[in-house]
Amino acid sequence: MTLDGTWYLALAAVLFGVGAVGLLVRRNVLVMFMCVELMLNAVNLTFVTFSRMLGDIHGQSLVFFVLVVAAAEVVVGLGIIVSIFRRRPEATADDLNILKG
Amino acid sequence: MIAALAAPVLATATVDSVVFAICAAIVLVGAFGVVLSTNPVYSALSLVLTLFGVAVLFVEQDAQFLAAVQVIVYAGAIVVLFLFVIMLLGVDRAEPETTSRLPGQRPLAVLLGMAGLGELLALARWRHWLTGARPSGQGAIGGGANTGALAKSLFTTYLLPFELTSLLLIIAVLAAVVLARRPSHTPAAPPPLEESDDVGAPLAPAIGPDEAASGVRNVTDEEVGAV
Repeated sequence: MTLDGTWYLALAAVLFGVGAVGLLVRRNVLVMFMCVELMLNAVNLTFVTFSRMLGDIHGQSLVFFVLVVAAAEVVVGLGIIVSIFRRRPEATADDLNILKG
Repeated sequence: MIAALAAPVLATATVDSVVFAICAAIVLVGAFGVVLSTNPVYSALSLVLTLFGVAVLFVEQDAQFLAAVQVIVYAGAIVVLFLFVIMLLGVDRAEPETTSRLPGQRPLAVLLGMAGLGELLALARWRHWLTGARPSGQGAIGGGANTGALAKSLFTTYLLPFELTSLLLIIAVLAAVVLARRPSHTPAAPPPLEESDDVGAPLAPAIGPDEAASGVRNVTDEEVGAV
């Protein structure tokens, strides 16, 4: 409560950076999805920190909506991944270039 | 008197700092574990570590309801879903790390990640650029009133978006069912990825009778010449 919010913002920034680099570096589609979750968590932490610093509850409401959208995104994304891996069990993100012109 | 009043404040600040340091270490170890593990199962378990650390930081910042939702929804549902998919598909092997098709993509990714991280840290340092207001520091939403305040916000200000999230969840469930369903009514239909290979199959019999007809004609010509 008394700790300065800058520490939380810095931690959220580092978490977002690690997630972004992981999304760019990894080739496994599932691990890339987990890195997206890391970035979403960093944004949630930023929202909660600003909500506390400004004394405004609406930041926490936004975190609620981010949670719901993340859940829906994971459900649909994992469905797509299951349907891809059913046809090509060895596929990485580099192999999924069917839509390339 | 002043020292007696100041001591709990100081103790609270120290405890907060210690809790923040431990949770930040847990969060970062989990995040690096997600990125650096070669086995996706280890990545999923490291993700659980990060999510718990973030949940504790939510509690630390007087967001008790969101901490509970974080543990229940993320660690209880999303990570379990990840683990289900990993073990259902059997992709828990180490990925071939040498298959990068874009040379120099990884150093560039790390470089751009560091640049973006520097920008974010600068924005966190000079955060009045972001909010336009100085932190008020009023803890009016903490304590036991957090859930009530959040519920009041959700059911008055954000009532329509709240209802739309239920629609979004129904659409997501329907999409997951449609995506994961096997096409049972046409079991003999080839998957669309292999249709390009199957296109050549009907062409081969179309060429075959032509050659056979010409062969027959040659045979007949030779037979005529022989006669």
